[in-house]
Amino acid sequence: MGGIEDYIPIVGKGVIDDLMLAAEKLDGTSIQMVNSTAVGGGVAEILNRMVPLLSGMGIHTKWDVIKGGTEFFSVTKKFHNALHGRNEEITQHDFDIFMETSRINIEQMETNSDILFIHDPQPIALINKKKDNKWIWRCHIDVSNPNQPVWQFLKNFMVGYDAVVFSAPSFSQSLPMRQFLIAPSIDPLSDKNKELPQETIDAVLNKYGIDKSKPIITQISRFDRLKDPLGVIEAFLLVKRHIDCQLILAGGTAADDPESVQVFEEVKQKAELDPDIHILLMPQDDIEVNALQRASTVIMQKSLKEGFGLTVAEALWKGKPVVASAVGGIPLQISHKYSGLLCYSVNGAAFAVKQLLNSPQYAKKLGENGREHIRNNFLLTRHIRDYMLLFLSLYHTENVVLF
Amino acid sequence: MEIAIEKTQSSVMPKELIRAADPFRFYTRLNLSELTGLKAARLGELLELIKTVPGACIYHHTHRFLQQHQYLSPEPPNDFAYWVSNVLGEDELGEYLASIDIIQYTSVRSLREKIIFIIEDYLKKNPLAEKRFVNNGAEFHFIKSVSFVFPTNQVAYNLHELADILKIITMDSIYFHVFEARLRLEKGKNDLSLWIEQEIGNKSLADKIARLDPYTFTLENLREKIVSLIERSIR
Repeated sequence: MGGIEDYIPIVGKGVIDDLMLAAEKLDGTSIQMVNSTAVGGGVAEILNRMVPLLSGMGIHTKWDVIKGGTEFFSVTKKFHNALHGRNEEITQHDFDIFMETSRINIEQMETNSDILFIHDPQPIALINKKKDNKWIWRCHIDVSNPNQPVWQFLKNFMVGYDAVVFSAPSFSQSLPMRQFLIAPSIDPLSDKNKELPQETIDAVLNKYGIDKSKPIITQISRFDRLKDPLGVIEAFLLVKRHIDCQLILAGGTAADDPESVQVFEEVKQKAELDPDIHILLMPQDDIEVNALQRASTVIMQKSLKEGFGLTVAEALWKGKPVVASAVGGIPLQISHKYSGLLCYSVNGAAFAVKQLLNSPQYAKKLGENGREHIRNNFLLTRHIRDYMLLFLSLYHTENVVLF
Repeated sequence: MEIAIEKTQSSVMPKELIRAADPFRFYTRLNLSELTGLKAARLGELLELIKTVPGACIYHHTHRFLQQHQYLSPEPPNDFAYWVSNVLGEDELGEYLASIDIIQYTSVRSLREKIIFIIEDYLKKNPLAEKRFVNNGAEFHFIKSVSFVFPTNQVAYNLHELADILKIITMDSIYFHVFEARLRLEKGKNDLSLWIEQEIGNKSLADKIARLDPYTFTLENLREKIVSLIERSIR
């Protein structure tokens, strides 16, 4: 694994030099990241890259994972759903399980670093161990409309933190401590986003029987109702009335989400309406996802609800024109008609896709703008910069901090 | 940041050869967005919050687009104008807010007063506008811009060096010296013009750079324009 200088060809030397200026100000500061899993999920994915890169820049960074049994993680999954606004029955017993596992972690985990950076609700209660060091809570969840009992329960811990971080402005709540806006990011050097040779792309298309000569519309998503795969098919059928093209719906089902199997079956049934609809049930294979995105003419993300929607950033980074719903963090990534097209309905999505397929120059321009927008705002280097500034903000309260 | 007043100007020495006693030190500015938890769903709420939020919020919402979309559009619409037009649907007011000539204002305070005046005047003439509101999720969220300003190791003693460094320095550095120093640190002019006038004694070039309306350029075009003005002056 390389260091931060590997990103110079992508973002320029000046950006990396600026990162080093911020890193120098954190020389001697120790950072401790804490989350609930070392593998799987977006947080672990980002920490896997972030921790060695920060360490390589001279910031002493370590990463610890809390322990918890099946019962504990069932409760935190319920919390997760409830924070997303879903109806969940949460009992006192659930809260007791959460507290008991938290108590064990508080006993066992060393928390002596200068800055404790706690990710998501699972380890939030570690704050009860706070001494005179600084603590940050990073919420990766859409909490714009949280279940109140769960929110209030977690708020009891939140108020002990020095700062909290959200991914979108609408997730911000009335809280007594400083709150920061830090969006997630994609890693341009990862398998999912790196440049691919044409042969690799062609091999993936051949494997799935995709015709290279026809325009390809793609949505990469889990088979989840909130990603509206049936709506994508409806939009595609409207486009197909006028333009000969293909649709790829690619993604996986989740073992802990029985509904996803049902959604997949419904999607498969609906796809039988047209042989140009390719439903790909894929295992986690980042190179294949990358290849399908790169082979696409237009990429869709017609979600009904979205935490941040990093698949949009992935598509834009590949210079693809994107049609996506104006939900969650997607409007942060797409400025309508500048870096993609936003939509609110099946008809709107179909109209936008037709526009892009019929106006390749316009589509190309949107894709180019989108790529630059991602380069400036949603790459891992920006994420690292924001985290370093966040650490510095714990020691500086001014609005303009002059070094 | 300090810029020395002492001059090394010589009446016989060509200006391009003048070596400043106090060099131009390039700084860079990195920005972090701080959430306030404050939001507005109606024009009246927006107005009241504009009156009371920290200046760092006004600065953020009038300059964010410029940095985040620096390659897109030479005319950065401010966040207030965008929300009023595209979310609230008050296009006429949106146009008034979008056309504020920010370069005329030398402090965030005076810029805030202008925004307040425009909205109050519009509400007086269009009282029904106050009845419009946006749905849950489409509110205007107030965000503060927190700037961290770092000295770089890039230093220019004369106009040649200044132009050469401007060609390679980051956008964040150019942004700081042109926008943030003038408006947020209330220096009245951009740092480059101040240094060129005070240290090199080339008032004509300083004025040419100061006269540019940087809000009507993309940052890359602004870089090219400033470099070309400097290079033309030393040709």
